[in-house]
Amino acid sequence: MSLIKSPPTVSSKTSEKPVAVPSTRESPWDWLGLLPFLLFAFLFLFAPSASIFVNSFQDLSGHFTLSNLAAILTERDFLNAYKASLSISFITAAGGAIFGFLLAYAVVMGGLPNSLRTFLLTFSGVASNFAGVPLAFAFIATMGNAGLVTGWIETILGVDIHAQGFTIYNIWGLSIVYMYFQFPLMVLIMAPALDGLRREWKEACENLGGTSMQYWRYVAFPILMPSLLGTTILLFGNAFGAYATAYAFSGSFINLVTIVIGAQLQGDVLFNPGLGNALALGMIVIMTLCMLGYLYMQRISARWVR
Amino acid sequence: MKRRVNIWAWIIFLIGIIYFFLPLFSTFEFSMRMIKGRYTFEAYREAFTDPEFFVNFGYSLMWSILTIIISLLLVVPTAYWVHWRMRRARALVEFITLMPFVVPAVVLVFGMSRLFGGGLKLFGHSILVLTPTPIPLIAGYVVLSFPYMYRAVDTGLRAIDVRTLTEAALSLGAGWRTIITQVIFPNLRVAILSGVFLTFAIVMGEFTFASLLSWPAFGPYMEEIGSMRAYTPQALAVVSFLLTWGSIGLINWVGRGAPGQQQVAGAH
Repeated sequence: MSLIKSPPTVSSKTSEKPVAVPSTRESPWDWLGLLPFLLFAFLFLFAPSASIFVNSFQDLSGHFTLSNLAAILTERDFLNAYKASLSISFITAAGGAIFGFLLAYAVVMGGLPNSLRTFLLTFSGVASNFAGVPLAFAFIATMGNAGLVTGWIETILGVDIHAQGFTIYNIWGLSIVYMYFQFPLMVLIMAPALDGLRREWKEACENLGGTSMQYWRYVAFPILMPSLLGTTILLFGNAFGAYATAYAFSGSFINLVTIVIGAQLQGDVLFNPGLGNALALGMIVIMTLCMLGYLYMQRISARWVR
Repeated sequence: MKRRVNIWAWIIFLIGIIYFFLPLFSTFEFSMRMIKGRYTFEAYREAFTDPEFFVNFGYSLMWSILTIIISLLLVVPTAYWVHWRMRRARALVEFITLMPFVVPAVVLVFGMSRLFGGGLKLFGHSILVLTPTPIPLIAGYVVLSFPYMYRAVDTGLRAIDVRTLTEAALSLGAGWRTIITQVIFPNLRVAILSGVFLTFAIVMGEFTFASLLSWPAFGPYMEEIGSMRAYTPQALAVVSFLLTWGSIGLINWVGRGAPGQQQVAGAH
């Protein structure tokens, strides 16, 4: 991609009029070129979000109210939904970040054959995009009541885990499912970051008498920390907004915020449109905080890792 | 730096591989269990003889093709324009393309169905009542595709000097059509194809938008089968996995040797 593959060919027709080269000076008319894109974004991205914002502050008859937001912040069902969504996002972001980092470290610096690295990165690309309904089916086949692993444990250990009160249809089970698309994303982002650690830094540290431990403690980790934290935030948001996987996996056993919003959309289960809007607004606020955190971390890490 | 084989690296790698493949293997094994006592492809036969499968799959194909066309028409000229004339708008455009991460699909579809269900009130008339049409669905998919499509095309444009190429072409007397088709497009082929295949993979299995806006598609069909049958859903999951694998495989294949191509996760 770095080289021009086919040289620019110019029509040899002499009838074509030479076009005056427009000046590259900035002109307000240049904004017109972005108009279709901006219009589309306004109509299908900002307007729906803005309508959620406005409707959150309206009661059933359209008057201004704060009661919807108050309900979200006080009623137990809503608080539990947020708690479930936040805990599953936290668990899978932390778990995905740690395991994904170790895996990226293993293939980049662990001395594994190069082919395994390519293979792992390709597979991470697939796995991070393999989500939703089929992912839920895959894990039902793995550790559901008739799942393969469930069967193995029963044959080998003689324990029927599901009869022992174990269930995969709770937060921990869903976390195992989410991890399938969480840690590959970490691998995809951390592998290039680890590649960005320059050999000179390690050598400089060794020449100054630093041990490997000190290199990681004082050089590598501080450099990697922003992208590590930034990606963890990304994973957090990734899990927080997920709907399809949770819906197909557990139906409405686990009341995540997304599940409640979906149910409200399908049948006004809250009997108050304002409440649904307020729930959605809460998600936007949390996701915005995530995004700001991510962008801030990226700005810091851009100083070192190029 | 000395590269020594680290036993821990192997252990972690193996755990990763098991996490990757055990669910896939289980799904495949499960999908073959339909007839008790032996492994058959009966579930696949059942899946592929259901006419509904082809109807829904066809709808998803249509949605993904429409999404790809509109996304390309919006993103490629915009990204090109940002590189050529509007550098000062780069941050704004990047921000917009990242918005799908801030507004989750379920939230966006919630806002859309409320907004376009009743339409906008203008001078006492309702305009933009879009929910009877698939416009909100396609538009939602296009929004979902923005991060991948824009990132891919932007990476492609970064690798070439858009300004110099455009000005060189202009001063040699090339028209705009020539510039787009002969200069810019050939340089962006790999980038555009990456964006296209990724969008395809995402839309083909998408569930949230189609289900909540009540349009037929492969995702909701799978979910429906999942609540009715026992072994066919796993057969469909295998089909879906092969679709994703095929799309990502094609991206890697067309992008051989192209640096800086990076994809982020799709809709969950």
